[in-house]
Amino acid sequence: MLNVFLARWQFGITTVYHFLFVPLTIGLIILIAVMESMYVASGNDVYKRMTKFWGKLFLINFAVGVVTGIMQEFQFGMNWSSYSRFVGDVFGPPLAIEALAAFFLESTFVAVWLFGWDKLSPKVHVLAAWLVAFGVSLSAVWILAANAFMQEPVGYVLQHGRAEMNNFWALISNYQLWVEFPHVWFGALSTGAFFVTGVSAWYLVRKRDLEVFTRSFQIGVMFALVASVLTVVLGHEQAQHLMVAQPMKMAASEALWNTSAYHAPWSIFAVIDEARQVNPVDIKIPYVLSILAYNHPYGSVPGIHQIQALYQSRYGPGNYIPLVWVIYWSFRVMVLAGTLMILLALYGVILTLKNRISRHTTYLKWMVFAIALPYIGHTTGWIMTEMGRQPWVVMGLLKTNLGVSPTVTSAMVWTTLLGFSLIYLVMGLVDVYMFVHFIRKGPDLGEDPSEMDAKLTPALS
Amino acid sequence: MSLDVLWFILIAVLYTGYFVLEGFDYGVGMLMPFLGKNDEQRRLIINSIGPFWDGNEVWLLTAGGATFAAFPNWYATLFSGFYLALFLMLLALIGRGVAFEFRSKVDSQAWRNTWDWVIFTGSLLPALLWGVALANLMQGVPIDAQMNFTGNFFTLLSPYTVVGGLSMVLMFALHGALFLSLRTVGELQVRARQTARRVGMWTTIVMFVFVLLSYFFTDMFTKIGVDPGPVPVLAGLVLISVAFFIRVKKDGWAFAMTSVTIVLSTATIFLGLFPRVMVSSTNPAWSLTIYNASSSHYTLTVMTIVAFSLVPIVLAYQIWTYWVFRKRLQPGGHLDY
Repeated sequence: MLNVFLARWQFGITTVYHFLFVPLTIGLIILIAVMESMYVASGNDVYKRMTKFWGKLFLINFAVGVVTGIMQEFQFGMNWSSYSRFVGDVFGPPLAIEALAAFFLESTFVAVWLFGWDKLSPKVHVLAAWLVAFGVSLSAVWILAANAFMQEPVGYVLQHGRAEMNNFWALISNYQLWVEFPHVWFGALSTGAFFVTGVSAWYLVRKRDLEVFTRSFQIGVMFALVASVLTVVLGHEQAQHLMVAQPMKMAASEALWNTSAYHAPWSIFAVIDEARQVNPVDIKIPYVLSILAYNHPYGSVPGIHQIQALYQSRYGPGNYIPLVWVIYWSFRVMVLAGTLMILLALYGVILTLKNRISRHTTYLKWMVFAIALPYIGHTTGWIMTEMGRQPWVVMGLLKTNLGVSPTVTSAMVWTTLLGFSLIYLVMGLVDVYMFVHFIRKGPDLGEDPSEMDAKLTPALS
Repeated sequence: MSLDVLWFILIAVLYTGYFVLEGFDYGVGMLMPFLGKNDEQRRLIINSIGPFWDGNEVWLLTAGGATFAAFPNWYATLFSGFYLALFLMLLALIGRGVAFEFRSKVDSQAWRNTWDWVIFTGSLLPALLWGVALANLMQGVPIDAQMNFTGNFFTLLSPYTVVGGLSMVLMFALHGALFLSLRTVGELQVRARQTARRVGMWTTIVMFVFVLLSYFFTDMFTKIGVDPGPVPVLAGLVLISVAFFIRVKKDGWAFAMTSVTIVLSTATIFLGLFPRVMVSSTNPAWSLTIYNASSSHYTLTVMTIVAFSLVPIVLAYQIWTYWVFRKRLQPGGHLDY
């Protein structure tokens, strides 16, 4: 059991860590491609400076995303070999296709984009940016196709002691995938948008490089509003689908021990007693859970006890209840992050349209901290969706504790767990240091370190 | 041809592509601290592989993904079995990947020296570990009836496998030196060529020692007899020709020849393995083969269609990038890394 525990921690740490970098990659490259397209269309040099500045930050982030992604692909075989044997026939193909269709595209064209400024025509160069944007989004489709299979297995048949694919089309048209991908993708776009908005706000407060950052802020805040609204709306779609595919996850995210009334209220704050399976304190808003689950103010939502009884009759004796307080609170934090994102972005768009941004320094200062909101949303979202699936690694097919590598010892998992965590920590610190370093220097410095320092030295002395 | 056989070939092709392509950028990374006498030279060396290394690394990711998709049991046994070796390789690749991006972005000698060290180790270690891993694949490793690896990290280390690791390191160093001689001018080019000559001699010697040892430590050659057949013999001849091309300063030809040597050597290993993918030293009957490790016919069919539609596109744009960045790097120019 210790192995399962350690392997799960390792998976969790790697995935959450990897997903700190992925959304910014996806979101930021789209904004950069938009900025560069504006440069190509208008010939205005400000857009080129914007593209280069954000591009530099993008590349730092991209590098960490790529290298942690390698780990992501290999850890299935390392720590989860029984899982890999059991579902490899269905689960392997999306990963292989991701590498073939998306990884090649993004890594090749990111290099073309970085090294190609003076080797390619502006039109081909901006095309490279769009190809990277396409590549990273395509990558998300395929890895989420694999994840969607774990949430809602489709397109397979159980034979020869394993799950074998019998319908590729079912696998990629999995309903779960098409509620999950848009939610994740717009979440990623909002991450890029809030990043651009927040960093621009930092400059606007200091009245530095107003030309570049007023425009960056405007582009960022528009994208931030659209993306966060759609993230929330599409998240609502996904929640409704939970009622069909994973009702236990829904019940756990509400700490709903017993089936609700016909008009289901939504718990806004609960003290959860996991051992006695009751909530000593539970503050509720009427109707909202029904709306969340069915998009109507009516309809009862099944409770944990009832689903547990159902699963016992379906899958045999066992405990099918995930860790409720984690699911309950991660869901609420995610919803709160999403709500704040919409409100802040809406306020920013109003101020922008009224041309009053520069006067609202308090708001601008908040926006710097608001960069964290999408990250909080993604992290809690993944914790909810992955931990809410427990005890299953593949819903209804394979339990997590049966998926680990049988001959990998806990000492070995400890070694890699500590080793990777340490390197992630160091890399995270270096990454933040680099971000701060370049943001402080600003868009016109830092083209080339030698030129940059030539420019900096007189300023410092 | 059955789909199992086809996918064995495709995975061999992916690993070959990885060794040929990332082989030179590992070599360049290993040589960088020695060939770059000052910061600009080191930057030139790093920039010589700048536009390529990441795309090259995807060959490994695709090989891994394709192994998962086409032979899940191979993927599961190999990755859980070579656990700590893989861990070291991943640490190396993680460090190396960010090092290229971070190194020249901060103007501090200590900062840059640190990342240079990461690039060196991060390039050396994967080469060494892949050599050790391939020697183990040829020799066989303890695998039980349930396809689980039953050894540990030290099972993988033996004089034979370490020679395998060394020959891979030297092969890549030679390959990298020749690549550098194609991408640089002047002093650096001369030094790259000199290095190629010196490393080339040792590469040839150690590779032949490795082949010789393989007669005693694996069943590869006893399987086919004393004459190993045309592929390995040709690999040896091509490797010897490298020295000639370096002497007459035909860097392009020399680089082509190291590429061919890597292709033929990898082919030799996969031909020797066939139809096994992992040899069990515990009991030959417990070896993983393309038959007992493969995915279902349906999955292999899907993957075949996908591979044959996408691989030509990937090859086309990767070749195009090599064309775009074909010019030699001049000192004094703008450097992105």
